[in-house]
Amino acid sequence: MTGWLVAKGGGPVIPDFGQPSACLKRNGWFCTDWLTKHWGDTLQPALVQHIQLTLIAVGIGFAISFLLALVGFRWRLFDGPLGGFTDLLYAIPSIALFQLLVPLTGVTVTTVEIALVSYTLFILYRTMIAGLRAVPDEVLESARGMGLTRLQTFFRVELPLAAPAILAGLRIATVATISIATVAAFLIDDGLGAPIFAAIETPDLFKTELLATGGLAILLALVADALLAALQRALTPWNRLR
Amino acid sequence: MVASTFVDAFRFMPNHVSLLLEKTGETAELAFAALAIGLLIALPLGLWLGHRHRGLVLALGVSSLGRALPSVVLIGLGIGILGVGFWNNTVALVVLAIPPILTNAYFAVEGVDRDAVEAARGMGLSELQILTRVELPLGLPLLLAGLRIAAVFVIATATIAGLFGGGGLGDIMARQVTYGLSGVFAAAFWVAALALLAAAAIGLGQRAASRRMAPRT
Amino acid sequence: MPTEAAELVFDEATKVYPGRDGAAVDHLSLTVPAGEICVLVGPSGGGKTTALKLVNRLIPLTGGDIRIDGTSILEHDLTALRRSIGYVIQQVGLFPHMTVEGNIGTVPRLLGWEKRRIRERVGELLELVGLDPQQDRRRFPAELSGGQRQRVGLARALAANPALMLMDEPFGAIDPIVRARLQDEFLRLQGELRKTVVFVTHDVDEAIKVGDRIAILREGGRLAQYDTPQRILEHPVDDFVADFVGRDRALKALSLRRLADLELAPAGRNGGDGLPSLAADASLRDALALLIAERRDALLVVDGSGAPLGIVRRRDILS
Repeated sequence: MTGWLVAKGGGPVIPDFGQPSACLKRNGWFCTDWLTKHWGDTLQPALVQHIQLTLIAVGIGFAISFLLALVGFRWRLFDGPLGGFTDLLYAIPSIALFQLLVPLTGVTVTTVEIALVSYTLFILYRTMIAGLRAVPDEVLESARGMGLTRLQTFFRVELPLAAPAILAGLRIATVATISIATVAAFLIDDGLGAPIFAAIETPDLFKTELLATGGLAILLALVADALLAALQRALTPWNRLR
Repeated sequence: MVASTFVDAFRFMPNHVSLLLEKTGETAELAFAALAIGLLIALPLGLWLGHRHRGLVLALGVSSLGRALPSVVLIGLGIGILGVGFWNNTVALVVLAIPPILTNAYFAVEGVDRDAVEAARGMGLSELQILTRVELPLGLPLLLAGLRIAAVFVIATATIAGLFGGGGLGDIMARQVTYGLSGVFAAAFWVAALALLAAAAIGLGQRAASRRMAPRT
Repeated sequence: MPTEAAELVFDEATKVYPGRDGAAVDHLSLTVPAGEICVLVGPSGGGKTTALKLVNRLIPLTGGDIRIDGTSILEHDLTALRRSIGYVIQQVGLFPHMTVEGNIGTVPRLLGWEKRRIRERVGELLELVGLDPQQDRRRFPAELSGGQRQRVGLARALAANPALMLMDEPFGAIDPIVRARLQDEFLRLQGELRKTVVFVTHDVDEAIKVGDRIAILREGGRLAQYDTPQRILEHPVDDFVADFVGRDRALKALSLRRLADLELAPAGRNGGDGLPSLAADASLRDALALLIAERRDALLVVDGSGAPLGIVRRRDILS
């Protein structure tokens, strides 16, 4: 029953001045006193770190996937190998991937980021190419016939029409990254995964901490999903009309 | 550095065959139990909703929600509610398996050519007969594709249970101290192999189903 | 806006696909005078769409040449060539992510027109094709009916005022009632704009209705006959052409002439009483159909307001 003294994440360990509340004594799920006490030193920093981890991973993953998708789309020869490569990355369980990278990049945030980026590649590469390929033939034919150059066709027609699929993929990748990033705590002390692991590994499992931090992770994912869905709707007005 | 680990992993494997088999068995048992229960719950529901062309919002919502649930959190909740054992991990994996199965079952049936369905209805087939004799066969390829994704996902996630005493190949991967990096790599290999095997098996079923439907030219 | 029309010449134009027997287009030679509609018809496999796409080089020539106003298409810069030709296809191919205005303005934007000019042009064209210049310009293709989309496709092709239009079964995907209306409106438009048009269709009746001249291509892409609809119907050059235009070609030929073209017998003081009547702009075919239905031998021709103009007898029509 010493879980509440272990404050994972940034900040000093707060010494326990008073008596633990009745709620904490029986290891309840919703001990609000613990929540308010540790919001600043545990919950909030973990949340912020988690958001950072996600943004970096998705940002880099998106950029790399985009470049790879351009290559795979333009030169069909590369599509097979690139697709296979990204599939392979996804098949490696995260725990193993983290440990495999340690000899290369140490027990750092970088290692985690590399792994997270690899997982986004799997989702984003395929959806981007599928989106680009889904542009109807007659639209491309009329574009060509009207005298648009290859580059103009790509930027003015193919890319905008592939945007809904690309954004949908981004949405899935972001949510998946938020979820997988919780496993990062296996390696480092960053993100919401850290207090989650701590809670689970506490003897008898620290219920409040688990529910709070797990709940935050779920909430973060849902909010990100909703925001990206709204972005998708905003950027593709023609898609709503059917 | 990575290369030597690769080689070491392959030396690890023959030395620990019984261990790896035992652990793979644990993971497989967990994954397939979860998939079976998940199918039992989500498949009929998804098929029926798809048949009625209702519940799109539900299907999409469940799918979004499912993606937002970190496996670690679910396993933790499982332990918290059910205590450590077989069931807490199984329940967690069932919860994770349901969304992809539900969504895929829904879209597989919903997307079947409506003309075929209407013809069947006009011929006097009951709703259940339409579902089992027309929509299910026609939607089978798509359904199996979704099942394949769910299977790979569940197998990979089952390893996370190993972090918290759930056994299986994840157990090896979590304990580098005991098994060394080569052991970790070997276990990862076997996870991937198991996942690929399951995917291939379902893939065979998928191809058989599509072939029956393909036009003979 | 002044409209120019170009003369189009096919000079032994040939297209052979490697690995396939026979040509898709076989030494096609014909001249489309400026301002005329030339309809390419034929059975499928006859090469009519291929011939069309040779002009804007969507399909490259294997042999021969095609000249626009004397200059070979091979001498033009490719994209400049295409931007100067209006191209309309059956499925239209409107850009789903752009409004009607965005679609129509595509080529003018590429040519660097200033925004105000483009906006005015869009309004002008929308009126021309029978759409609302205020409401419809902001719509997306998904909100339009099939007929409306075709009109936008036409407007888009006309946007930069091309001297030549290529149309590949533009009304093929439309239901017959709307199709007839679109054909009529297109002809009215052409009456105003007088562009040079190459129009592909598999529908003989459409060819007869729309074309100033018809080029019938047989399988293997060879020209069977190139002439006015009248002459093709009355003097088909061989059995293939005769079969293609249909055994009712004599009736079809009647549909090309109006009652007003005939010499009418005077109605007389009470002449015309009891006779069925028909407007002067009706076709001879409709007149004959009326006589057969009414079992009469003569009918009264009237003008737009119903005033009698004269009498026409069955034998006048049939001669």
